[in-house]
Amino acid sequence: MSALSATFLPTLVRRERASLAATLAAPFIALSVTTVLNLGLYVLMGRNPVDVFYAMLLEPFLSWASFSEVLLKAGPLLLIAQGLAIGFRAKVFNIGAEGQFILGAIFASAIPIWFPEATGQWIWPLMLILGVLGGALWASLTAFWRVRLNANEILVSLMLSLVAAQLLNYLLLGPWKDPNGFNFPQSVMFQYDAMVPILISGTRVNVSLLITIALSLAAWVFMQKSFAGYKLQVGGLAPRAAGYAGFKESRAIWLSLLIGGCAAGLAGAAEVAGPLGQLQRSISTGYGYSAIIVAYLGGLHPIGIVVSALFMAALYIGGDNAMVSANLPIAAVRVFQGSLLLAYLVAIAFVRYRFEWRRAAYRGQP
Amino acid sequence: MNAIEFILAGMLAAATPFLLAALGELVVERAGVLNLGVEGLMALGAALAFIVVYHGGGHFLGFVAAGLGSAVLALIFAAITLGFRANQVATGLAIGILGQGLSALFGKTYESLTVKGLPKLSIPGLSDIPIVGGLFVQDIVVWLSIAATVTIWAMFAYSKIGLVVRAVGENPKAAHAIGYHVIAVRFAAVAFGGAMAGFAGAYAAIVYTPLWADGMIAGRGWIAIALVVFGTWLTGRIFLGACLFGAVSLMSLAAQATGLNVPSQLLASLPYLVTIIVLGIISADRRLLKLNGVASLGEPFER
Repeated sequence: MSALSATFLPTLVRRERASLAATLAAPFIALSVTTVLNLGLYVLMGRNPVDVFYAMLLEPFLSWASFSEVLLKAGPLLLIAQGLAIGFRAKVFNIGAEGQFILGAIFASAIPIWFPEATGQWIWPLMLILGVLGGALWASLTAFWRVRLNANEILVSLMLSLVAAQLLNYLLLGPWKDPNGFNFPQSVMFQYDAMVPILISGTRVNVSLLITIALSLAAWVFMQKSFAGYKLQVGGLAPRAAGYAGFKESRAIWLSLLIGGCAAGLAGAAEVAGPLGQLQRSISTGYGYSAIIVAYLGGLHPIGIVVSALFMAALYIGGDNAMVSANLPIAAVRVFQGSLLLAYLVAIAFVRYRFEWRRAAYRGQP
Repeated sequence: MNAIEFILAGMLAAATPFLLAALGELVVERAGVLNLGVEGLMALGAALAFIVVYHGGGHFLGFVAAGLGSAVLALIFAAITLGFRANQVATGLAIGILGQGLSALFGKTYESLTVKGLPKLSIPGLSDIPIVGGLFVQDIVVWLSIAATVTIWAMFAYSKIGLVVRAVGENPKAAHAIGYHVIAVRFAAVAFGGAMAGFAGAYAAIVYTPLWADGMIAGRGWIAIALVVFGTWLTGRIFLGACLFGAVSLMSLAAQATGLNVPSQLLASLPYLVTIIVLGIISADRRLLKLNGVASLGEPFER
């Protein structure tokens, strides 16, 4: 067995310093490899790869109308991913952003659903604040379970997402169903003042994009410049050192989960108060899960995440295009997303390690 | 048939997807690897099995296709985490998303189609006992799953293979030093876990509810991962946990059938809520987790 490994398995040697150029190139190399592999899959499925490539990866950027839709989709992905990345750096794996997003949407919808006659420009800001609260509340359950009961946050946050989806179904089929909605699982349409004002006229891009960009800057300042962000990163990289320095693990867990929950909740509120204009089932289309990929693909760095969120949003829009023009099932987008993250993880391994095709014990001998 | 008889009769079949996937993940985790992609592995297995059976390949080939397909996907996980030393959490999530995507892609044209399940085999004598008799009327896969449980228990308790897997998970450096190939053992464990998840998905799609619907695994892969923690990495307790979840998922059906005035969404969330609560109770006992937990779980092995 060990003779086999000597010949066929390389030894991984950690590089002293990862080169910046390689780190920046890794996601793009991963993207190229993923594109080739997925186009190959489409050929196997009998689709024309040129058509799919054009519709999926180019068309979203070619017209202002479709690029504005990309910006619209990028908003929630960017917001959720920024929140998650902070936690991931602290090695707190909140993968339940989908549930926190749904709770944000539900909390925000309470105002227009309970007070459909209310008017005034205070409504949409209050909805966004309620969304933040809803997301934070849902995430705090996970934090409590992790800190007080020592339960694995991955499993708890994911289970809570599945519960949140059922809660949404319950509300839309029961108490919050639009009585004049022909039995569709959706709420009433919200009043004008419950909508976030449009930012760029002629598109659906609204003011929440500005909030998202501002919060991305805040995430950058928090992670790269603040002491609290530094403590989180030390906790993730060297938990023991963090312990000796007196950085409390429980604080890091609460902070990570609350930041993630607030961001996801805000994103959920901005969806119902923005492009949707009502609470409906299609609010939950897996943004919370895609944002995990966005966060990793952006190297868990606030600036990288801006780029990866734009790309992932374009992939969503492109996937819709390809479904119409090339008859490609929408599930192809999920396959692309999953394989892209895998390719990135491999690419980043080449940044971190040198692969030596010699047995370690022989090193230095002729 | 009253509610108790209904639950006893159906519990083992409902538990089988949980049980098969959790047994696979148990072996993976005992070898020191955390594969969070079980949900996707199950989804892929379910789609492959359904397609094979729908086109007349039969149940045996359906299970074979599911086991092989999911094992291949699991080997991709192994290559990336063990070969390239990537973060196991991120890789597992990516494998989960990829598996669910492939499942939806392959199953697209089979939506809402049905196949025939498997006949039930009863144990003569035992199946005639009142109330508990239903426990002894099960399809062949349930019986095989129980046999697999006993085999895996015996493997860890008595065999050398079990000991090697545990050594690799507890202290990979020591296992390496005495001549075991840590990476090879972990590859094998991950492939086994993948095949078991594939079987679990296949059972769900071609035996338990032989109807194709996208997303039919519905969190069962995640519950299987939680079951390994509930069972504190012990085979017998994982079996009991799987039975509990089988019963819980039937309870929601039974309650709906009796017209109990509870929102169906609350009943549908019951397995998830039970998972959260039990996870809290078991994990709160830190001593228990330390005693039976796997020391090097999720850590890459560096020589």
